[in-house]
Amino acid sequence: MKREKFGIKENHIFIIATMALIVLLYGYGSIAFAGFFSTQVFLNLFIDNAYLIIVATGMAFVIITGGIDLSVGALVALISMVSASLLEAGLNGFVVMALSLLIGIAFGAFQGYFIYRFDLHPWIVTLAGMFLARGASFLISTDSIVITNETYSAISQAKVYLFGDHYISIGAVVAIIVVAIAIYIAKWTRFGRNVYAIGGNVKSAGLMGLPVKRTTILVYVFSGFCSALGGVVFTLYMLSGYGLHLLGMEMDAIAACVIGGILLTGGFGYLIGPTLGVMSMGIIQTIIMFQGTLSSWWTKIAVGFLLFVFILLQRLIVMKRRKRNVIRLKKVRNNVKVQSPSQSVSSEYK
Amino acid sequence: MNPFLYRMAQTKIFWPLVALLVLLLLNFFLIPGFFSVEIKNGHLFGSLIDIMNRVIPLLIISIGMTLVIAKEGIDISVGSVLAISGALAAYIMESSTVWVALIAAVGVGIVCGMWNGVLVSIFEIQPMVATLILLTVGRGIAQLITGGQILTIDDELYKYIGSGFLMGLPFSIFIGGAIFLIMLYMKKRTAMGLFLESIGNNITASKFAGIQPRKIIFLVYTISGVCAAIAGIIVSANVSSADANNAGLWIELDAILAVVIGGTSMRGGRYFLGGTVVGALFIQTLSTTIYSVGINPQIVMVVKAFVVIIVCLVQSEQFRSIFMQFNKKKVSF
Repeated sequence: MKREKFGIKENHIFIIATMALIVLLYGYGSIAFAGFFSTQVFLNLFIDNAYLIIVATGMAFVIITGGIDLSVGALVALISMVSASLLEAGLNGFVVMALSLLIGIAFGAFQGYFIYRFDLHPWIVTLAGMFLARGASFLISTDSIVITNETYSAISQAKVYLFGDHYISIGAVVAIIVVAIAIYIAKWTRFGRNVYAIGGNVKSAGLMGLPVKRTTILVYVFSGFCSALGGVVFTLYMLSGYGLHLLGMEMDAIAACVIGGILLTGGFGYLIGPTLGVMSMGIIQTIIMFQGTLSSWWTKIAVGFLLFVFILLQRLIVMKRRKRNVIRLKKVRNNVKVQSPSQSVSSEYK
Repeated sequence: MNPFLYRMAQTKIFWPLVALLVLLLLNFFLIPGFFSVEIKNGHLFGSLIDIMNRVIPLLIISIGMTLVIAKEGIDISVGSVLAISGALAAYIMESSTVWVALIAAVGVGIVCGMWNGVLVSIFEIQPMVATLILLTVGRGIAQLITGGQILTIDDELYKYIGSGFLMGLPFSIFIGGAIFLIMLYMKKRTAMGLFLESIGNNITASKFAGIQPRKIIFLVYTISGVCAAIAGIIVSANVSSADANNAGLWIELDAILAVVIGGTSMRGGRYFLGGTVVGALFIQTLSTTIYSVGINPQIVMVVKAFVVIIVCLVQSEQFRSIFMQFNKKKVSF
């Protein structure tokens, strides 16, 4: 990569901006409210948002390939419902977890197959998936089911102690492991490279002989798996199953990805990004909670504003890069003028 | 095959219409008295009238959405705009007259639409992402206006918009019809419609042909915002209250579904307002059917999911090509 004058890689701008945002928000909270600057408050961010971190990380892969997965929130609700009802029927806790993950994988595989095989818009297919998952969880029961299973309560109450008497939950540990694995997959495996290549340009990826079909389907499988895992973690966190859990959570996951610097046009983004995005959203929530008088809907407005700022930032950087690419292209092919107003850099070569 | 029938089957509106008719036929057998329309107090009553009355907010939003999808965009903020406009109208009516409230509600729709339009046309942000911002913020703003409560509306004139009758028919039908006719006129008789289809087909070529896509795109999102605001007025007038949380929840998905069922492709280009109307009617009839047959209403979502998949499969070229090969062996035209 070419280095910029002031020594920051252009690719890192998003991550740096998000980190700066986290520091800024956390700094503001620490100054404004007593008791904000404590290790436990910080660790609570992971405990309360563990499921969202997992789901957003899965979503990140999909977005990097240029797709989208709207079914995640509904899938989490479905998993919570399925596990609650299965546990009520007296199944072993670990069997239920395994079944939940299998449901997620199967769900993702179906969506990926439809999207690839019939060239359908991911938006539409996953929208149908969302309806299906929500509807299915209502079919199981329209009421909330409380979980009393011993395994689940034990895991949900377990505390992993870090630094003396500060702790995180098992869910948070799972989330951190998932993020670590995701970073490894994206950076050091062939699959990860393929994901970026497809996001950059599907056609050239296909011409290069990369397995477009397998990768596309696997990406949705991974997202489905992450949603299911997020569902298990969320069920442990809430200890109840309900079809209306997490309405509109898919938008939170997308917002986390955008704030974390994953380009929605695909082909670019670091897998630590969604975690940072979730954390900054979590900090906003905590600030509003500490503030006390502000109502919870201010969270939505603040997150929306952040989304706006980060999307603009993305846009500016893409525009800059495109300009540079067009100049480079002009140098190569002097008399051919290529212009593509609404797409990213990559689509100019289509 | 009959050549006339074959030509009919080629038109985009044919299949949605068939689906609607099949559904109505199903209703005819399943629900006794589905098609009966009675006159009570000079008003028409019956399941069909009920469907037509209930479909109007969805229909208006779908018409706006058709234009947006025609230029290969999408507007997922309509539900939030609907909530804002209803909330604002209810809030203003507490201290002011109904006319001010109506103007403000439509005005806020224009502002929201312009906001989306600026993001998409000037900053060239992906439509889905650009409207995602308003989707997230919109409900927050609506709740800010209502103060987190459900505002009730007492004004008789305002209520008339949602539940009044004109010439025996619900008044909202006339609003929906008027918007449909205006949009149809715009499509058929003005350059705007042509430009819109051309941009949806190929934005670069349209640019070279001298069309200014930015203006058209901006206008399209503004229209979508206004449509959502009008729908918001009707929804809040119908239930005489403004609920920032639940008004128009997921209506954007229904609207997209209506547009896609109506034969307008998500990839932009030609658009079919008539098809959208049929699509919206189909969705509402489906819901009404499920409610009146007595199935658990939550199944609506599962049914919708399958409808989405089937409709999209039928539109998918890959899927069609499988069937075309299959057909060619049997039928020769």
